[in-house]
Amino acid sequence: MAQAPTKRPLSPHLQIWRWGPAMLVSILHRVTGNGLAFVGLGLLLWWVGALAGGAASYQTFLDWVWLAPAGGFQTVTALLGKVVLVGLTWAFFQHMATGIRHFVLDIGSGYELEANARWSSLTILFSVAATSLFWAFVLLR
Amino acid sequence: MGNGTSIGRVRGLGSSHQGTHHWLSTRLTAVGNLVLIPFLMISLALMPTHDFATVHAWAAKPIPATALVLIMINTFQHARLGVQVMLEDYIHEEGGKIAAWLFINILPIAGAAFGIVSVVRIALGGA
Repeated sequence: MAQAPTKRPLSPHLQIWRWGPAMLVSILHRVTGNGLAFVGLGLLLWWVGALAGGAASYQTFLDWVWLAPAGGFQTVTALLGKVVLVGLTWAFFQHMATGIRHFVLDIGSGYELEANARWSSLTILFSVAATSLFWAFVLLR
Repeated sequence: MGNGTSIGRVRGLGSSHQGTHHWLSTRLTAVGNLVLIPFLMISLALMPTHDFATVHAWAAKPIPATALVLIMINTFQHARLGVQVMLEDYIHEEGGKIAAWLFINILPIAGAAFGIVSVVRIALGGA
């Protein structure tokens, strides 16, 4: 930093404030976004690459991420795969809901304290509900 | 960048005049993802099975293949912009900034290229 060192007080940091819904969904937007970027896009590339590689490589993908026919270590990765896939689904719905919230904030609306807290809470409610419905549909139909 | 006069301390620290494009591009790709990702999720959820033949046949059709190519372009661009903001917030040393700059300008392009080549291979009947 080019500024001269200063003795002026620093602004209080995270632990000082009482947590509210807006703070929570703000950091959730960043966490889910980066999670989707690193884990989600990584898995997307593995999936599409395996699919392009042919039947054998696609089967390897399915075995390690979901099916675990070999047992042993594959059981662990397949369990992890299910957790990650459900987690990515939730992360997507949460990031989508807070992203739409950002669109609303971008037009200058939704800054009143009560409305801001209400819509923030609703994004979490939506992401949990949408994730449950999506996986209930996939697994139970 | 000097450290003597007050003007010397602030030279080179002003706006790069690229922020608006970054902001707008984030929104534009967000709208794209809003269409593309639900399309992918609904398509996968509606498939009768997820074996190779079913998924490969689906991905090889023109509309799904187009959507997958667009997903590779759109998600990687959106992710690149978002991860860049995160890195700008948390990385303060010059060496780290150079590493982050290399990372953010190379990896998303490489990832998207691999994804597109894969989809094209599926769609044009390789494997």
